[in-house]
Amino acid sequence: MAIELHDVTKTYADSDYPVLSDINMTVNDGEFFVIVGPSGCGKSTLLRMIAGLISISSGKLIINDQLANEMPPKDRKLSMVFQSYALYPFMSVFENVAFGLKSRKIDKQEINNRVKEALSLVDLQTLADRKPRSLSGGQRQRVALARAIASDASFCLMDEPLSNLDAQLRAKMRMELKVLQRKLGLTVIYVTHDQVEAMTMADCVLVLQNHKVQQLDTPLNIYQHPKNEFVASFFGTPQINLLGADYGHHELVVNGSFRVPIAYPLKSGQYTIGIRPNEVEVTVNDRNANARVTEVSYLGNETVILADLLESADELRLVLRNQIDVKNADFINVKTVNQFFVFDQNGGLITTAGAKEEVTADAATIA
Amino acid sequence: MLQRLPKQVDNSLPSLNLAAKYKLTDSGYAIVFLGPTLMLLVAFVFYPMLKTLYMSFFLTNDFGKTTAFVGLSNYVSLITSSSYLSSLGATLVFVLAVSILTVVLGVALAVTANQELKGIRLFRTLFSATMGVSVSVAAIFWLFAFNPSVGVFAQLSQALHLPVVNWLTDPKSAMVAIIISTVWMNLGFTFLIIFGALQSVPKSLYEAADIVGISKLTQLFKVTIPMISGTLFFVMIVTLIEAFKSFGLIDMMTEGGPDNATNLLVYRIYQDAFINGNFAQGSTESILLTIIIAIFTLIQFKFLGKRVHY
Repeated sequence: MAIELHDVTKTYADSDYPVLSDINMTVNDGEFFVIVGPSGCGKSTLLRMIAGLISISSGKLIINDQLANEMPPKDRKLSMVFQSYALYPFMSVFENVAFGLKSRKIDKQEINNRVKEALSLVDLQTLADRKPRSLSGGQRQRVALARAIASDASFCLMDEPLSNLDAQLRAKMRMELKVLQRKLGLTVIYVTHDQVEAMTMADCVLVLQNHKVQQLDTPLNIYQHPKNEFVASFFGTPQINLLGADYGHHELVVNGSFRVPIAYPLKSGQYTIGIRPNEVEVTVNDRNANARVTEVSYLGNETVILADLLESADELRLVLRNQIDVKNADFINVKTVNQFFVFDQNGGLITTAGAKEEVTADAATIA
Repeated sequence: MLQRLPKQVDNSLPSLNLAAKYKLTDSGYAIVFLGPTLMLLVAFVFYPMLKTLYMSFFLTNDFGKTTAFVGLSNYVSLITSSSYLSSLGATLVFVLAVSILTVVLGVALAVTANQELKGIRLFRTLFSATMGVSVSVAAIFWLFAFNPSVGVFAQLSQALHLPVVNWLTDPKSAMVAIIISTVWMNLGFTFLIIFGALQSVPKSLYEAADIVGISKLTQLFKVTIPMISGTLFFVMIVTLIEAFKSFGLIDMMTEGGPDNATNLLVYRIYQDAFINGNFAQGSTESILLTIIIAIFTLIQFKFLGKRVHY
């Protein structure tokens, strides 16, 4: 039981450019598969092609070892949860959940049981007779979920199902959804623009941008070994620092501000160095300062700092553990970079390096 | 060089000064704002309405002056007159045919126009175009169409070797002719309203139905119609009332004929009151028509209102 896509491309009739090109992916049974990307990258289009709501221009879609390009949606045996929930306002919660089942000529008692079971799984058994309008956003979302569960489909497609909820509820539903998915052994293909959702829920993440697959991997690998600058900058908050760097003599000189030693042999020339905000150690009001603080936010367990590099005025985002005593306009010295990525001119990853070594020089000595 | 700015003018609202001067209370404001509208309504709606009711209990002379109080006898003689009853029957046939056809065709056109097809915008414009046609233009157009020698219908029957119907001089076909032209006339508005409602139905509702394999036809009845039921209800009531009030096309195409076949209640009022000069009878018919329309609207509310989801 799997969904496979081979070189799937979508080009709309009235356009010359594909909205998706050469998508290759495999979703295995029981997997929580997340498709993530910025808005307009084609992720919803991809989901609708899998669902059969949009036609595939070229390539192959295989569902359970069967070519499914032309298969009508109902034969694909999948359910879908929509961003807007797609509940019928004129039907009760019960009828909404039973809607698809009735058309499949299933025994009435069986429908009754299935709907009740699905509703109790999402804790809504007491609200079965209500109309969607009298429910809260979170409850509506759960009705949509119950409808997907009751359909007993092998795959469940979810199109940004949590994006209409407030932040707290979203965090709660994230957990509930994941627990439910494990419990039922559902195979979920989940579309989101939220990298946090992708990181926390996925077994496997497909990163889409510019109509192409940027990376297909586990969340951890995507964070630790991003294939390119886009993936590196898309995951992680605050965003990764991407800075210009020159290579020479086994070190990278970052915008003339500080040097990071690197063991990996590079050709001399221009590179981009990617440094996660939490991979930096700094000292405050050091004599050898190379950056100046512009913004400090204390989050309790950590401190988020924005600083400008003195030499290049590039902005640096830093996350420091604990509450560090630092104020606006303080001078800081970027001392150590624990781990960093080196990207080539085209934004592709060359290497992930863990220096764990002290930054060797400051602005003054470089100049 | 900088010029000195003129002194700040006191630009507080004059009405506030007025209010302070005359100490208007809330109800005082209400009267001031409602006054103009209320005066127009009283002069052109409420007074004629009450006057009509008043006149229906009297006999009137040629100048519309009341002469003798007769109680309900105007009503009794109307309800027992076979000519009025046949008018009522013709009106009911006309109204039911027009409102059902208009709504059904309106839904059909709107659903068609709601498809995302190439060049569909042209049809959306065409379908709603009758809204911009005046009654007299429409009447002339349909008079030509129904003309037994040059009309399209006549030429069509000739081409098919069918007998040529003289549409407007045969009682039965005259009724069909005015039904067709009235439906055509009303369709633009109905289409536009229903189309607007269709556009506001979220696409995901259809996608959700597609996924569980519900056919497009079932979707029309199980998703589309319930989703636009509020609008449909509105359209049905408006269409019914409009059908009862049809006047212009009848006046220009058949003048109530032939043999009173298309002498509908509204047209009858006009003829009795303003052609025959019997204002009392015209008033009585007006009141009766009002009651009939009210009854039909109430029936609609009772039987359809329950099925409407807002």
